[in-house]
Amino acid sequence: MYLTLFIVFAGLCLAGAVNLLLQRHPINSALSLIVVMTSLAVLYLLLGAEFLAAAQVIVYAGAIMVLFTFVVMLLNAGREERTLGSRAAKAVGFPAVVVMLALIATVIVKATGLHAATLSDGITSTVDLSRVLFRELLLPFEVTSVLVLVAILGAVALARSTEGERTGGK
Amino acid sequence: MIPLSWYLLLSAVLFCLGVAGFLIKRNLITVFMSIELMLNAVNLSFVTFAHQWHAVKGQIFVFFVMMVAAAEAAVGLAIIIAVFRVRQTLAVDRIDLMKL
Amino acid sequence: MTIVEFFLWSLLKVVVVTVVLLMAVAYTVLLERKLVGRIQNRWGPSRVGPFGLLQPLVDGLKNLLKEDVTPTGVYKPLYLLAPILSFACATISIAVVPFGEPNVGPKGLPLFQISNVNIGLLVILGITSIGVYGIALSGWSSNSKYSLLGSLRASAQLISYELALGLSLVGVVILDHSFNLREIVEQQATKGILTWNIFGGFQFVAFFIYLMAAYAETNRAPFDLPECESELTGGYHTEYSAMKFAMFFMAEYANMITVGCVATLMFLGGWTSPFGDFIPPPENIVAHAVFPILWFALKVFCFLFLYVWVRGTLPRFRYDQLMNFGWRYLMPLAILNIVATSLWQAYHPVS
Repeated sequence: MYLTLFIVFAGLCLAGAVNLLLQRHPINSALSLIVVMTSLAVLYLLLGAEFLAAAQVIVYAGAIMVLFTFVVMLLNAGREERTLGSRAAKAVGFPAVVVMLALIATVIVKATGLHAATLSDGITSTVDLSRVLFRELLLPFEVTSVLVLVAILGAVALARSTEGERTGGK
Repeated sequence: MIPLSWYLLLSAVLFCLGVAGFLIKRNLITVFMSIELMLNAVNLSFVTFAHQWHAVKGQIFVFFVMMVAAAEAAVGLAIIIAVFRVRQTLAVDRIDLMKL
Repeated sequence: MTIVEFFLWSLLKVVVVTVVLLMAVAYTVLLERKLVGRIQNRWGPSRVGPFGLLQPLVDGLKNLLKEDVTPTGVYKPLYLLAPILSFACATISIAVVPFGEPNVGPKGLPLFQISNVNIGLLVILGITSIGVYGIALSGWSSNSKYSLLGSLRASAQLISYELALGLSLVGVVILDHSFNLREIVEQQATKGILTWNIFGGFQFVAFFIYLMAAYAETNRAPFDLPECESELTGGYHTEYSAMKFAMFFMAEYANMITVGCVATLMFLGGWTSPFGDFIPPPENIVAHAVFPILWFALKVFCFLFLYVWVRGTLPRFRYDQLMNFGWRYLMPLAILNIVATSLWQAYHPVS
């Protein structure tokens, strides 16, 4: 049961990620990334992180990727063209990526003491999560909120059009 | 029953696909998406290690990564819109001048 | 309970709930047409069957038999995916909604809820947020300016009001210490209407915010700008016909029902009776199982009635007014509500 679930959703994940690379049109890439993210949410659930699974769907698939598709639709970005730069990137990039993957994979395969995951493993409850988050890690949490505020201001300042400034803006 | 190394391998493969996308793709938005893919891959290994050590903090790390990714997406997409307004293109090869 | 039995029971529940939901969707359409008709001083559909009761059936048949036009120039895969996605997301979220008494069922399996999830509320919010793609993609793939404008409006509106919607529910979560819908309802059960979150938990501000945000989330009047026919000839589903249009249509009404279910569970005490323990629960096992469902259905019906009433009464907002209202009034109000609720909770801890 666990194995089937893992294989199905890991397969979906990989297929989505490969499709992201193969597709020429940004909106198809965005959709395959959404597939990756939602199947990752299921994998989180298999690892017992239920709150993160929900947050993954709500934040990543439901908010961040909506922004991406929104921008793709707004700018009506067409298919990408292949240029000299892309061929060079392929020639150098692919071997480099393969070497990197081989390195990481050997480290993981050689690692000892890794446990196994089963369906009967305990689930981290939201209560435990929030207890650590709001007691031990309160300061980082607050700092992140400042970061988000700064990001909002930055996004508004950047996206504000010059015409908007001329007419007084909003 | 799955050894956790499978999850780590999956995360490594996803990360490398993200890197490959970052190098190959020629569209600014898709390049940005590849970065998101890398972040997601790293998140998966965080969750895996949280499961391995029964530590909640690994999951909270993911939580913070998500918040930073949201902030980053907002600012990054605003930059992309600003760039598109000036250059009328999203191809990274054409956006290679500091000043027009 | 073996795994096969579990699957069979679950399958049965899924089939029954889906059929009931689709019937409810069909008759919500009729309810709306009838009610709006009465509000506008006319009869509404009255020809097919007694009191027009067979009208939904005929409507469905009409949509099935109509010619299915696919305009040239559409991006076919996404054009087909969009209505399916919309409809699927609208119907899936009903899976975690508890309709009735949880302790009724064979061998400890709850009969009136498809699955009892710890994070049920978050699941509903997550599925709703995926539903945006149906609308966004339909507009983009239709290759028509009206559709694109409609879908841009819709996705911006949905993202904006999702924040207010989520924040308005946080107060209830703080009060009840749970994301589990069943636990949230059980905490409101004891004294009936007095312990419902809207009154007993002093969440009426949150309820108001939820109501407004829900109207915007489901693209209903007075916030139906994504499809306002006077400007956009129909918005994101302009280019859709026959069954594909019907899917968007049903998705809209299924979303209304889901939103009504969430409001009932979070604010109005779910399946519990408004009299609480003042009237002792019936001894009979059948009555014990049936009455909660009736209460639940009645509450959802009242919510839907309110929907139609508002639609028949209020004029449409302008787009900038809509955005201003969401960001400048609802959001701060929702945050204030959270602050007030947590302060109250901190000084009056529930035992």
